[in-house]
Amino acid sequence: MQTRWSHNHFLHLDKPLLWGLLLLSFIGLVVLYSAGGQDLELIVRQMLRLGFGFGFMLLIARVRIQKIVPWVPWLYLFGVGLLVLVLVVGESTKGSQRWLNFGFRFQPSEVMKLAVPMMVTWYLADRPLPPSYGRLLLATIIITVPVILVAKQPDLGTALLISSSGIFVILLSGISWRFIFSSLTLGALCTPVLWYMMHDYQRQRVLTFLNPEKHPLTAGYHIIQSKIAIGSGGLYGKGWLNGTQSQLEFLPERTTDFIFAVYSEEFGLLGVLVLLGIYFFILSRGMYIAQQAQDSFSRLLVGSLVLTFFVHIFANMGMVTGLLPVVGLPLPLMSYGGTSIITLMIGFGLIMAVHTHRRLLFG
Amino acid sequence: MSSARFILKDATSENKIFSNRVIVAWLMMFVLLSLIVVRLYFLQVNAHEHYITLSKDNRIKTLPLPPTRGLIYDRNGVPLVENRVSYSLEVIPEKVKNIDFLLQEISKIIAIEEKDIKRFKKQLKQSRRFITVPLRYRLTKDEVDRFSVHSHRFFGGIEIKSNLTRYYPLGSTGAHVIGYVGRINEHELKIIDKSNYMGTNYIGKTGVEKYYEKELHGKTGFQHAETNAQGHIVRILERTPPVPGKNLYLNIDISLQKDIERLVAKHRAAVVAIEPKSGGVLALVSMPHYDPNLFVNGIDTKTYHKLRDSLARPLINRAIRGQYPPGSTVKAFVGLAGLEYGTRTPRSRTWCRGWYSLKGHKHRYRDWKKSGHGSMNLHQAIEQSCDVYFYSLAHDLGIDRLHTFMRRFGFGEKTGIDISGPLQLAVATATLSNRGRFTQPRVVFAMDDARNNEMTVVPPTLQTTIVLKHASYWNTAIGGMKAVVHGWRGTAKKVSKNSRYRFAGKTGTAQVITIKQKETYNAKKLAKKYHDHALFVAFAPLKKPRIAVSVIVENGGSGSKIAAPLAKKVMDYYLLQKSPLYVASTKTSR
Repeated sequence: MQTRWSHNHFLHLDKPLLWGLLLLSFIGLVVLYSAGGQDLELIVRQMLRLGFGFGFMLLIARVRIQKIVPWVPWLYLFGVGLLVLVLVVGESTKGSQRWLNFGFRFQPSEVMKLAVPMMVTWYLADRPLPPSYGRLLLATIIITVPVILVAKQPDLGTALLISSSGIFVILLSGISWRFIFSSLTLGALCTPVLWYMMHDYQRQRVLTFLNPEKHPLTAGYHIIQSKIAIGSGGLYGKGWLNGTQSQLEFLPERTTDFIFAVYSEEFGLLGVLVLLGIYFFILSRGMYIAQQAQDSFSRLLVGSLVLTFFVHIFANMGMVTGLLPVVGLPLPLMSYGGTSIITLMIGFGLIMAVHTHRRLLFG
Repeated sequence: MSSARFILKDATSENKIFSNRVIVAWLMMFVLLSLIVVRLYFLQVNAHEHYITLSKDNRIKTLPLPPTRGLIYDRNGVPLVENRVSYSLEVIPEKVKNIDFLLQEISKIIAIEEKDIKRFKKQLKQSRRFITVPLRYRLTKDEVDRFSVHSHRFFGGIEIKSNLTRYYPLGSTGAHVIGYVGRINEHELKIIDKSNYMGTNYIGKTGVEKYYEKELHGKTGFQHAETNAQGHIVRILERTPPVPGKNLYLNIDISLQKDIERLVAKHRAAVVAIEPKSGGVLALVSMPHYDPNLFVNGIDTKTYHKLRDSLARPLINRAIRGQYPPGSTVKAFVGLAGLEYGTRTPRSRTWCRGWYSLKGHKHRYRDWKKSGHGSMNLHQAIEQSCDVYFYSLAHDLGIDRLHTFMRRFGFGEKTGIDISGPLQLAVATATLSNRGRFTQPRVVFAMDDARNNEMTVVPPTLQTTIVLKHASYWNTAIGGMKAVVHGWRGTAKKVSKNSRYRFAGKTGTAQVITIKQKETYNAKKLAKKYHDHALFVAFAPLKKPRIAVSVIVENGGSGSKIAAPLAKKVMDYYLLQKSPLYVASTKTSR
């Protein structure tokens, strides 16, 4: 098999995936330098985080996936326990309670990003697929409990990621299309109930998304300024460090959630096509690894992780370009930020572990 | 993990279903990412122009650079105005969400009056969001300090701006000539070139400040500046610097002006002094006067009403706007008309019996001397101010010829010689002293350009010479006026006592009310406001005159008693530099 070029047996790294991620991180640092007002300290901190992330990936990739499986339920229960703890004694910032303080600040919802798809996979892959309706119901409960806990914090973005990671496992497990479509219809009918349950600021976000121009200086400001940044970038962009929207601080959250707007302003549509190409390459490689995986647990988990990564990207770009409501999600490997990079890289570590520990039939 | 787990599973079927799902998922990702690309194509290619414009609007702002107003100096270089740094409280509209709340909060720290708020709100409606609107002017140092302590509470929506405010260091001295600036009012806003007044709050309201507004104001510059989201200037893209206003040099001798104002301080009076050679106005006094500093930042209603409604009318410039019957002061000019038209010769005589009547009329025009002056030639008639001589001469000339002739001396077009202002009298006297050379009177002597220090002299707009049939006629008229002060029967002979120079003059006493035929004028019986106006015109020295003066003291009584001594003192001050002020100012000036 394509061992020579595709992975290193000693480090258990998948080279195409590794290169894709490194390239993305590099582009991310370049854009961050511009978006952060050429603050080198910011870059150093981000590089440190990336370093940790890649380190964790390296560690996880060395572990045989089958060794992890027995620990999955305990990880899940531990995670749910932490989420409950957050609601009781968590620290709040900006009106949401997401953090636990163990001497260092820690966000338990990050654990669930991995624990939920792993738990659902663990539960479903144990028996023949596609799963029975009864097991499906239990799987849904496995997903719903942490999602509700996270949504209560409230952290809509993470709740969205956690629920989709679980749902992707179910979808990939082979349930019938008829069942999928009827569930979707049911979900659409439930929307008013969801609206009723939302916080005021969340409703406001949806309303703002529907009509951003109505609140140009308040809620709609983010979207309007972001669209101006992207649109004024044009085909070729204004050039690195020359994006007026971002350099002159018109664009809010430019180093975090809205970094894609900075990139689009400075590098234009052509630059965006390159970036999307890299993302698509990583996604495709991920799907290929899922396809090649040799057991149900591995392929369901890898498939779910890759699709969740996609949701992450799509939700962010959709928000920044004004296609989707503003949901506070960073752009993976580009946005400045802490915990999410580590979680993400552990996820990629799992994917690589699946690929590099295959039993080689023709070795 | 035991391998037994997988025994019950159908590996091939599971594989197949999974591969199927992976392909569907991969296609879905492709489609959704393509959707992002389509969206970006729309934003970055289709709507590119639109967003480019928005991004430029976002960051490029045009800000006015107001020019520095020109200064005003007197003829010796004594500064008459100053531009002083003062602090005002200004609001940046685009950074304030709730104006009323802001006003409520700021008034807890700095006193803001109802009228400030009213004006502020009116101005707020008209101004652009990123240009500051003044809320309070002239903050005290205490207020500036207090604001600095609390400024963080306003999140940059309000700031202290330092600007240059006009200040008149001499106070009321020369107030009527110099004038004052005040805030631009709605009426002026309609007239002025708004772009040239962006960032300027003041405009000349009266006097030189008004008449030379264009020169003093200068030209407003502009800068296109790139600003960030907070409105702070990041970079200046293009800058058109302002052109500062020109400095003006007046003909006014401010120490003379001050001396005269002190002399007539007790009266309602007007004094104009002119340099005959140049037409330069040396002094233009109107008393009572007022402090122009009161008007600069808006006078309060109470003080203004007091000034406006005062019976002494301090706000009116008597020297220019005041209209008085010139009385006997014009006799020399009427005499010249008689000579010019051949109605009289220097030698022809008229008998004065104390009154004059038109043929067939009973009305008697009385002479000031009840017993009459007897036989009078022109010289004597001027010296003794014989009314009958001039009644008869005026009648013989006729009003049309008289009017035509007087106009050449600058007496009013519409009003003829019936009434005229102190300035006109002084100009006519100067023309007479020049033997016919008429020069338009000028307050401003020169202006200089602050950029290159180039001084340009303001040329007189009109300069003509009145040519009479015989140049000797001038001698007759001037001789008569000389005799008024130096002759033994002159009406103002007392004022020439101990004079170190020779001069010419003419008294005048103008009736305020008509005295009935059988009554006599008795000052004691009349209220002060019905007393006669005292007038005197003069020039000195007799040969090569350097100063021509007209003096009017409202309800002052007799011209010879009140006005003539004042005029003499004015000439003394100027010619003999008797004034301690003058000495001081010449020492300190250039």
